[in-house]
Parts: sequence; C-alpha cells; structure tokens
Amino acid sequence: MTDTAADQKRSAKKIVPRKTPIPEQDPKTRSRNFKEVSLGYSPELAMQEAERCLECSKPTCVSGCPVSVPIPRFIKLVKEGKFKEALDTIKEANLLPAVCGRVCPQEKQCEQRCIVGKKFDPVGIGRLERFAADWVMQHDLVDAPPVAPSTGKRVAIVGSGPAGLACAYELAKLGHGVTILEAFHEPGGVLLYGIPEFRLPKKIVSREIDLLKQMGVEISLNIVVGKLITVDEILEQYDACFVATGAGTPKFMGIEGEELNGVYSANEFLTRMNIMRAYLPEFDTPIRKGERVAVVGGGNVAMDSVRTALRLGASEGIIIYRRTEEDMPARREEVHHAKEEGVRFEVLAEPVRILGENGAVTEVECLHMELGEPDKSGRRSPRPIKGSEFRIPIDTVIMAIGTNANPLVPQSTKDLALHKWGYIVADERTGQTSRDRLFAGGDIVTGSATVISAMGAGRRAAQAMHEYLVGAPSK
Amino acid sequence: MARILEKRLLRQPDVFYFKVAAPLISKKAKAGQFVIVRLHEKGERIPLSLADIDPGAGTISLIVMAVGKTTNEMVLLKQGDDILDLCGPLGQPTHIESAGRVVLVGGGFGVAPLYPIARAFKAASNEVTVIMGARSKDLLIYEQEMQGVADTVIVTTDDGSKGAKGLVTDALTKDLGCRLPGLVICVGPAIMMKFVAEATKPFGVKTVVSLNPIMVDGTGMCGGCRVNVGGRSMFACVDGPEFDGHLVDWSVLMNRQKSYTAEEKESFEAWKKRHELMLGSAAPVCELKS
Repeated sequence: MTDTAADQKRSAKKIVPRKTPIPEQDPKTRSRNFKEVSLGYSPELAMQEAERCLECSKPTCVSGCPVSVPIPRFIKLVKEGKFKEALDTIKEANLLPAVCGRVCPQEKQCEQRCIVGKKFDPVGIGRLERFAADWVMQHDLVDAPPVAPSTGKRVAIVGSGPAGLACAYELAKLGHGVTILEAFHEPGGVLLYGIPEFRLPKKIVSREIDLLKQMGVEISLNIVVGKLITVDEILEQYDACFVATGAGTPKFMGIEGEELNGVYSANEFLTRMNIMRAYLPEFDTPIRKGERVAVVGGGNVAMDSVRTALRLGASEGIIIYRRTEEDMPARREEVHHAKEEGVRFEVLAEPVRILGENGAVTEVECLHMELGEPDKSGRRSPRPIKGSEFRIPIDTVIMAIGTNANPLVPQSTKDLALHKWGYIVADERTGQTSRDRLFAGGDIVTGSATVISAMGAGRRAAQAMHEYLVGAPSK
Repeated sequence: MARILEKRLLRQPDVFYFKVAAPLISKKAKAGQFVIVRLHEKGERIPLSLADIDPGAGTISLIVMAVGKTTNEMVLLKQGDDILDLCGPLGQPTHIESAGRVVLVGGGFGVAPLYPIARAFKAASNEVTVIMGARSKDLLIYEQEMQGVADTVIVTTDDGSKGAKGLVTDALTKDLGCRLPGLVICVGPAIMMKFVAEATKPFGVKTVVSLNPIMVDGTGMCGGCRVNVGGRSMFACVDGPEFDGHLVDWSVLMNRQKSYTAEEKESFEAWKKRHELMLGSAAPVCELKS
C-alpha cells in the first residue's frame, strides 16, 4: 500500500471526536494535597487515544515540536502496545519525555498542528508521551542509552536545568566527558525549584538525572559560576563550556508596598516550597501560610504559585492579570485546573499599590484595564481606566511577572557579548557565543521561555559543540 | 561536604568559632563576602559572613551565634563533623581602596567579619582604627585579633566594664570630631548600623554597611533579600551585601528581617522538644531574640 493510500484508508475510518479523558484527582481533594493532579492514562486508555492518530505521512505535528519528536512513529507503537519501543522512539529526540509530557504547552506546539485537531480535539500527544515514559519507569525498564567510546574531550555545563541536562545527555552519548556545575545543593534547575510537585513529581526529575549519572555525567553541586569559578577559568580547564544558567532574577512591579512582609517573588515562594520543601513540617525552611493570596501574572508560574498557595491552606487564591483570560500565556490545562480548584480570576486588572499594617500586607489596590491597540506582540495592549480603583483584602502577594537576566555569569566573563537587557548573545542554531569554545542556551539567551525550548537549545548546542570537539586538539 | 577542622567556644554561652576546610572557596573569597550553609537534608540555607580566609591552609572561618534552630544545630556540630552543603563565596567583596584612614565599627559578633576587612585595608596601606563594642566585657570577641592588625582599637561597653562606657556611636562621634577618616565601615545588628550611619552623616564621611536580610539561594534568584537603597530595590546577595549606609532604608530592612519570627520560634520550640534528651547542660541553647 502506498503512503497516500494508507492515509486515505486511515482518514476514512471513524475518528472519535474528543480526546480520551485523562483520570485526574478530584479538584476539591487535590487542591488540598501536593500529589500529582493528573493520574495519567492506563495502557488501555493510551491505546484508545493512540487510535485517534492518522499516522500522516507528512506529519505537521512534528514541525510544531521544538525538538522534532517522531510523533506518529511513537504513537503507532503505543497503538500496538509496544510501550518500551514507543519510549525509545521518543528518546531519539527528547531526553525528558516524562517531564515534557507534563509541562510542554502542547496546545501551542504539536497538538496545535495536529490534522485531527482541524475538525475535532487534536490527538493527546503530550498525554501519550507521558504515558510511555511513565509506563517504562513503572516497569523498571529504563535503560541508559549506549555511550560512544571516550573522545578524551571534557566539557563543562553551567546549570542543571532543562537546557543543561539536554546538552549533557547528547554530549555524553557522543563519548565526551561531561561535568555539570550547579549552584544549588540539588540538581534539576527550574524542574526542581520552579515547577511544583503536583504538576511534576520530583522523583521523575531525580530519575532522569540518575540516568545521566549512569551515562558517566558528573554533577558538582554548590558551585556558583561567576563566584567560585569563572567561565574564563572553566575554559582553561575544559575543551568547551555551555552556559545554561536560566533567566534568573525576579521582576517586581516597582509599586508602593512591595517591600512589605508577605510580598514574594514567585521564584522565592516556589523555591521555598519546592526545592526547600517548606510545606513539609520536618523541613526547616519557613513559609508564610497565607489565608488570602493574590498572584500577579498570567503565566504558568502564576498558576503554579496560586495553586501552591491553595495547597498550603489559603482559603482564597486570586489571579490578577492585566489582559484577558484568552491572552494568558499559561498552558490551557493549567488555567482550567486552577479554575476547577476554585481560583478566582481578576482579569483586566493591574495592581497599583500594596497596602499594609504593622509591616505586613493587608490589601492590594488595583485599577481596571481596557484593551487598546495591538502591541508588537500582536496582543491588544491593556490601558488603565481612570478612577476605577478597587481593593482586594489579602495577606500575601506573589509577583509572577517574569524575570531579568541573572548577572553572575554575564558580568564575570571577559568579552562576552550581551543583549541590551543582559542576556547572552548566542547563535540560534549552534548556541555559539562571542567567545571561542563558549556556547549558551535556554533562558539566559532567550529570556523566560519553556522547558522544551531550553532543551532544544541544549540539544542544538551539543551538536555544534560535538562538531567543534571532534575537530579540535584535546586540552 | 565541608569538614570542620576546628571548633571552639568564642564567647559564653552561645558564640562559636569554626574553621572549615574549603580549599576552593578560600582561594576565591575576599573580605566582605559570605557563604551559605545547609547542615542536613531537611535543613534551611543560612548565610554566614566570613570571619577569616586562609588560602594557604585552604580554610575559611565562620562565627555562629546560637539564636534559633539552625544555628543551635550548627553549634552542636563537633570538630571532624561535616557541613553538608557549603556554597560560596557570595556577594560583592568589600571595595578595598586607599582611603588614608579607615574606621571600622563593629558590634556584637559583627566584629568577626570586620577582621579580614581590617587586614585588607591595612595591606592597602591605610591607617585602620577599630571601634568595637558590646554590652559588657565578657561579650567582646576578636579583641586580640583586632589589636594585632589595627593601628588603634577603641573598646566600648554599655556597662563600662571595659574601655569607654557607652555605645560605639559615642566613641565614633568623638573620633570623627578629632580627625575625619576617608571611610567608615560598619558591620553589626541593623539597629547599630543605622545609628552609626546617622552619626557619620553630619560629618559627610562615606559610610559602608553590610546588610543581613533573609536569603534563600544567595545567587540573585529569589529576591527575598531585597533591600531599599537610595529609593531603589536592590538584592543584597548579588548587589551587596555592602551598601552606602546613608542611603539604606533601615525600617524596611528591620521589618523584613522579622518576616518569619513566628515561624522560626515555632520551629525552634518544636526542635527543643524533640531534642530534650539531647540538650543536657553541655548543649548551649540561646533563646530566639526578635
């Protein structure tokens, strides 16, 4: 049968219009615990959902994936019940399928381009990716990929978040000696300190990292590059270096009252909760258990923060966002989950000051906004409506409005070209910076983006570094 | 992991000196910087100033006063024990310049981090005057060390049991009245740094203070250590810890330092209960002061 004939035959079959629902914890129950919200497909449900895939000969979904996972090929294997083989296929392109299946914005990537999605719900690609990864993990069938014979080359990677891990994985596979330098006391970067347990269980992250260790990757903790060792010194000791330090320092609004106790950056709130595990009584790091918590922002980090606050015991969690719900950059699923859990959405509103008593937050004053002309991003820009002030009584405010470039590496590295806002200038295709043998990728190059785009950058840089390393004399 | 090579009681009953093996940190650390330690898997990260740096021996020194759970846990560690996580050096080093005469003002165990600063200024050919104060003579630390490095050491005690009776600010005002220095640096409790900055302001002397807000990562990531300096929000961990004392908003700093007073008290009480048996007379426990 030719491809076209196969396509026709498949599209002729009856497609189930809706995605196979994924079992989830009940919203009332889950908003009070830290266990994972989505429970994942059973093998039967996964095979049922895989049946909805048309196995297009020219798959548009793949072009929507930042790392080009061979989507129809892996879904076909799920259909056939060959789950281990399905995962092996995903892993040709993606080191962290258990992570990406959970946190990728599929509705803006692969699933947005799914042909089935033109008429019905798109195929649940992310759910299937997650299923394959979880199934293999549950059955203890995870194996480290084969590692090429040692090239004798040594590479240092700064940061153990998604960009650093992806780069380490590819370089280790190719036989290079890889050392990851991590500033925190545990590896994982944003996967650990940023994304909460209920969305990405930490044991998944640690298992992926164990796999890297099995491949011979060394991870040195408590190493702050730019302080304990500079990039220039790294380049003296290693053949090449990849900088993947992440976006870094949190933004605040610059409004009155932000210094009050009870005002957090999302980075601080989530760091205390996630890597420091402040919600567990046996851990020492303190956290304010807010009763009424407002979170400013409309991205994933805002949703993570407000839902974490609920789980910590807040009676009300409020999202304050200056545009409309449709404009929110968060994954649809996170917005949907937040609503199910009872989060209140104050959209078209912007805080103008925070009021307090005795040094602690008591209220946030906001202005209503209206949408004006489209801005550079194509979204209609919000503008305040004069005289529309209103106040919300709260005791905690979390600012989830993005980050600025962390200055430690940029400021301590000689002759490193930077963008206006302090991000590192790097070639989009290779990650090459203005310095010889120095590559960079992820949020420290692009500013805040997604886990998968950071992984894509790590993977592309690894390829370029490999090409450089095989042609270069050893250090 | 970092091995504790030496530990001794520096001041009854609650201030301890630790010398820790830190070969890499000691080669990079400069006066005025700090480290973050985490003692065990469930521990919090706490910032500690460097009280000495010895790159030759590959060691750093830390002074710990037992005030809450983590510091009490730390002073129970013994020589030969390991600190699980030691991260640093963090923060900007003290800007060492040729200022002619430099006056270093320290209170309580804040005198300790001034020691490497005193040495660095002395090495840069400055005349170094140290003014160090405590409530009474038994609470003074690092006096001998300072005598060994500074040109002049002025001691003050609140009760007059040693040196001049009164506060460091009294001695400082008197000193400034005699001969203006090029620079004043103060390390100590926030309230003391505030009054030192107020004392130097009429004299127009540049005054550097080392701020100690609450921190988590110490690398500019969390923003918990934000302080207000000259109307701008700055992060003490990467922009500081040293700032112009005349520009610091002291009420913001002191208020933010109290963010977790209730939580810390609760955690300390629970810990004491759990460890009641362990805490015999040998274990120094000092109540949390807010």
